Amino acid sequence: MVNYILKRLLMLIPVLIGVSLLAFSIIHMIPGDPARIILGERANEASILALQEKLGLNEPLYIQFLNFLKNILSGDLGTSIITNEKVTYELLISFAATLELTIVAMIIAVVVGIAAGTIAAVKQYSIFDNLSMVGALVGVSMPIFWLGLLMIWAFAYKLGWFPPSGRLDVAINVPRITHLLLFDSLLAGNLNAFKNILWHLFMPSFALATIPMAIIARMTRSSMLEVMRQDYIRTARAKGLPENIVVFKHAIKNAFLPVITVIGLQFGILLGGAVMTETVFSYPGLGRRLYLAIMARDYPVVQGGILLISFCFVLVNLLVDLTYNYIDPRIKLE
Amino acid sequence: MQGKKWILVLIALLSLSLFIAGCGGTTPEPKQEAEAPKEPEVKEKVLVFARGGDSVGLDPANETDGESFYVSRNITDTLVDYEDDNTNIIPGLAKTWEPKDKDGLIWVFNLREGVKFHDGTPLNAEAVKFNFDRWMFEDNAYRYEGEAYEYWGYMFGGYPGVVKEVRAVDELTVEVELTQPFAPFINNLGMPCFGISSPEAIKKYGKDFFKNPVGTGPFKFVEWLKDDKIVLEKNEDYWGEGPKLDKLIFRAIPDNSARLMELQAGTIDIMIGLSPEDATIVEQDPNLQLLLRPSMNVGYLALHNEKEPFDNVLVRRALNHAIDKQALIDAFYAGFAKTAKNPLPPSLWGYNDAIVDYEYDPAKAKALLAEAGYPNGFKTELWAMPVARPYMPQPKEIATAMQQQFAAVGVEAEIVTMDWGTYLEKGEFGEHSMYLIGWNGDNGDPDNFMYVLLDKDNAKVGSAGNFAFYKSDKVHDLLIAAQKETDQAKRAKLYEEAQVIIHEDAPWIPLVHSTPPIAAKKSVKNFIPHPTGGESTFWKVDIE
Repeated sequence: MVNYILKRLLMLIPVLIGVSLLAFSIIHMIPGDPARIILGERANEASILALQEKLGLNEPLYIQFLNFLKNILSGDLGTSIITNEKVTYELLISFAATLELTIVAMIIAVVVGIAAGTIAAVKQYSIFDNLSMVGALVGVSMPIFWLGLLMIWAFAYKLGWFPPSGRLDVAINVPRITHLLLFDSLLAGNLNAFKNILWHLFMPSFALATIPMAIIARMTRSSMLEVMRQDYIRTARAKGLPENIVVFKHAIKNAFLPVITVIGLQFGILLGGAVMTETVFSYPGLGRRLYLAIMARDYPVVQGGILLISFCFVLVNLLVDLTYNYIDPRIKLE
Repeated sequence: MQGKKWILVLIALLSLSLFIAGCGGTTPEPKQEAEAPKEPEVKEKVLVFARGGDSVGLDPANETDGESFYVSRNITDTLVDYEDDNTNIIPGLAKTWEPKDKDGLIWVFNLREGVKFHDGTPLNAEAVKFNFDRWMFEDNAYRYEGEAYEYWGYMFGGYPGVVKEVRAVDELTVEVELTQPFAPFINNLGMPCFGISSPEAIKKYGKDFFKNPVGTGPFKFVEWLKDDKIVLEKNEDYWGEGPKLDKLIFRAIPDNSARLMELQAGTIDIMIGLSPEDATIVEQDPNLQLLLRPSMNVGYLALHNEKEPFDNVLVRRALNHAIDKQALIDAFYAGFAKTAKNPLPPSLWGYNDAIVDYEYDPAKAKALLAEAGYPNGFKTELWAMPVARPYMPQPKEIATAMQQQFAAVGVEAEIVTMDWGTYLEKGEFGEHSMYLIGWNGDNGDPDNFMYVLLDKDNAKVGSAGNFAFYKSDKVHDLLIAAQKETDQAKRAKLYEEAQVIIHEDAPWIPLVHSTPPIAAKKSVKNFIPHPTGGESTFWKVDIE
């Protein structure tokens, strides 16, 4: 087991080198010179040359790439050419915001998705089944941007139940230590702030949860339906076990494998940041940071961001594989 | 079994969060006190100002974007300042100033007494000299890695440019010596990028000064949460009339509609970047007020004066007659713009109002084209930028409308667009025929429009601000004479004269001067939008 984990972690190295090469080439292939974007209408030859030199953009590309690799090896992702801020710092604070949002969204998605999927499968063709599957279809197809604006309009502006955007009321201060605000507010022993943060998280995380929720519900339903048709379920029922034990003890666990895969994948995707949700709800997460960096051709931030996201994705996949082993002892990890 | 699995996931997440905490701790951050929020006895006056993007940095000398200056101009003061709603000059940190010689080569500034930076250090002649030296000299020790100070080079013609030396004569007297007479000098010094920062703080924070700004302004910097908010608080020791607000908070809310709903929900007080079509919502809301920012910009179509058929003045005049500017304004600015007939916006001194614009007249356009030898029109390209600019919110849509108006006089224009950086680059190299572009004024001096956009000095391939490649010796002579003249009335005359020649030569189709709408709560008092695109008058603002 330990060997397996080590092996998988070692495999991260070639993956990350490949990703950094890819990230570097793609962002440098996109036309548009950061110096010109910074100077805008005010660019002239002298100022562009001077700025390119300042930003280290006048070096040949392979030198820039080697410098980038050298920096990564020493744990440094460089400095943003737009804000002059350390890329590691800039990415991690926005990543923390995204992580918090993603975790809450995934909790909503998993709880609601699995519950809805299970009930729909057990009561196949019932009204609940039909309604929840229509709901899931809407959830998958509804553009988050539009859903977000509707939610703000209804719940923040018309009803005033939730704050329209942001992470915390402007009047409340929480010392930022981990930059996971829920965590930080607890560390500071500030329950008031904790509640306020949760309150702020509700709308964006719900909007973000719609798609994974729908996918999880549908996956749970189909997987459950398949398991419920198996012989051992018939046997369990035949020996007189109550239906809830049949469902919860025998069926769900076996139906879970594909669902876990989907949860893992969705979690990995959401960790990459959600540009739409973050934009509508003014949430300072990784997706928007990267979007802005791409528009400004902030090479170091984009490269670092892609590296971070791929790292998370590989890590989440590893976790999923480990979870398989726990759920289904027949799977051997070697 | 299932319990174990969740514990595993939980441990993984926990370790990830600790990892983040570890990494985050390595960079210094603005100090914050761990405090439980107490209900203040007297309600604090907090104003929340919302815009689309966050600031890039708060060291004014090293920034180029409006979002940064929006905040920094409340923290740092400049030597001279602009009047509330125009660019006439009033005293700032300098009480008085005057040229020492008749050519205006040496300027003497007398500073206010007893002004202190937010860190308690005094504002004196040495501090001013320190700031100038940092702006001017590329080898200055307090320019940190990656800092380019673009605006100095831009406004003063390089490093050190037209400024030869800055001397601290005594505690409160500064002398600035120029290499040549330079009329826009005083107006330049009112720009937010030339805000005076505390030398001690620059030394103390080093590379991180951009997130720990210290000036003499009416508000002090408190904290900055990236992509979220910047918090400023009242400077109790402000040298001028103290601010009425206790806190001034700048929030970044990227989506225009979401920002408007926040304003309606009451969580913010003022918003910029209101979509013109939403203006009616604001006007109909009894709790909101609509304000207009006076225009200091121009959006125009540059015609490449050295390329056929635009090298023919008759063709250029014909195209001027072909465009219905008011229709563009009604369709794409919801009326929040004025038609342009000159390169200068009407709010600037030197604007020549006597000029009569080429009226919209397709028949006349056709006749002129025939006279020029193009009775059946011609085929050409119409370049449109890919991004919204303050002077042009929807460039591609505007280009499409213009395409139809050109087609009506027989000119078949194909729309060309590309990413913003490449667009500017190709424009500077003159690869276009017709080029949509515009300009936001910096310092309120006509030179900042006329010389930059229409002088032959700036029609150089590869670094053209003069995208029309318009080269008129007569205009050049007038503009250079205006740069050397120190008397404003005489300068205005020179600019008026230049506009007459430019009108006749018609190197552009001047399109619009936009007046961007701003929405605020009715309870916000004395907020005066400034034409330069940002306000340094927040100390006057009050909430009822």
